Amino acid sequence: MKFRHKSTADQKVELQMTPMIDIVFQLLVFFIMTFKVVVREGDFNIRMPASSPSSSTVDDFELPVRVQLIAGLNGVLQDIVIDDSDSLSGEATNNPQMYNLLSERIAARKQGGGNIATELEVEFDTDPSLKFEEQIRAITAVMGRFGPNGELITLADKIKFKDRAR
Amino acid sequence: MRFTKHPTSHDEADLTPMIDMTFQLIAFFMVLINFTEAEASDKIKLPDSDLARPPETVPEYRILMSIVEDGSILYNRQLIDKASLLEPYLTRELSEARAQRVETSKVKVIIRGHKDVAMGKVQDVMDVCRNMGLEDFTFRVGERLRASGSARFIPSD
Repeated sequence: MKFRHKSTADQKVELQMTPMIDIVFQLLVFFIMTFKVVVREGDFNIRMPASSPSSSTVDDFELPVRVQLIAGLNGVLQDIVIDDSDSLSGEATNNPQMYNLLSERIAARKQGGGNIATELEVEFDTDPSLKFEEQIRAITAVMGRFGPNGELITLADKIKFKDRAR
Repeated sequence: MRFTKHPTSHDEADLTPMIDMTFQLIAFFMVLINFTEAEASDKIKLPDSDLARPPETVPEYRILMSIVEDGSILYNRQLIDKASLLEPYLTRELSEARAQRVETSKVKVIIRGHKDVAMGKVQDVMDVCRNMGLEDFTFRVGERLRASGSARFIPSD
């Protein structure tokens, strides 16, 4: 019996690239269309235990620094009063200066605490009409500041809000 | 005159570099795709802060609430007009947390407030949460990078 041997030397197997390229471009278009640059987000933690009149715990051992944020027109910050007596609007000409002063006052309080292990707590008493953005600036000012070399120095360890039910 | 007949040749483009690049692009976008985008909403423009850093630990149970500029609350894609109307939703969340053996005091309430919303509205939400026994709150803000590069963290004590 005679077999006919067909030579395959000159046959070239070609891969069909077209479907793969189609799919790959589909995927690429999908990812490009759904891509959205999102700003990284961070947190400020606030611990506010449930209000109870006789909650005499270790937290109450050190009295918190009371920071009153007073709103002006359109919810913009007008004044910051520390411990009901120290008004910062007289010393500052604009709001960024006022926040800087607040940060300095908190830093002084932190250093003047004597006992370095003492935790500093800040209690905010905020005008209901104040913008959230202003509140965040105030929290930033009391939480820490950047040193001359760009290092972060923490100030307040705890933040809470005045119990409005009081 | 004699002509030599050349075999017909197919001019094939070399697709390898293009496919390489395309796969690189796909890999890039796949890695960067943000699945947590469901949290974000176009209605909320967060304030930003130098000190805000992404959380290092994942809370055992969290409740996310977004507060729109007019004070209404965006919760699970539902717009709720007043903070007092949150109670039934919170009750359901807390029972879910208890089912997962998470204490109420350890449930974290994440508040994403619009930068121009009045603090009174934010505090209304916090008050409702506190009445339900929640006490761990977080204000979520945008991270503002300092021009001087990354800051070194020095604890003050």
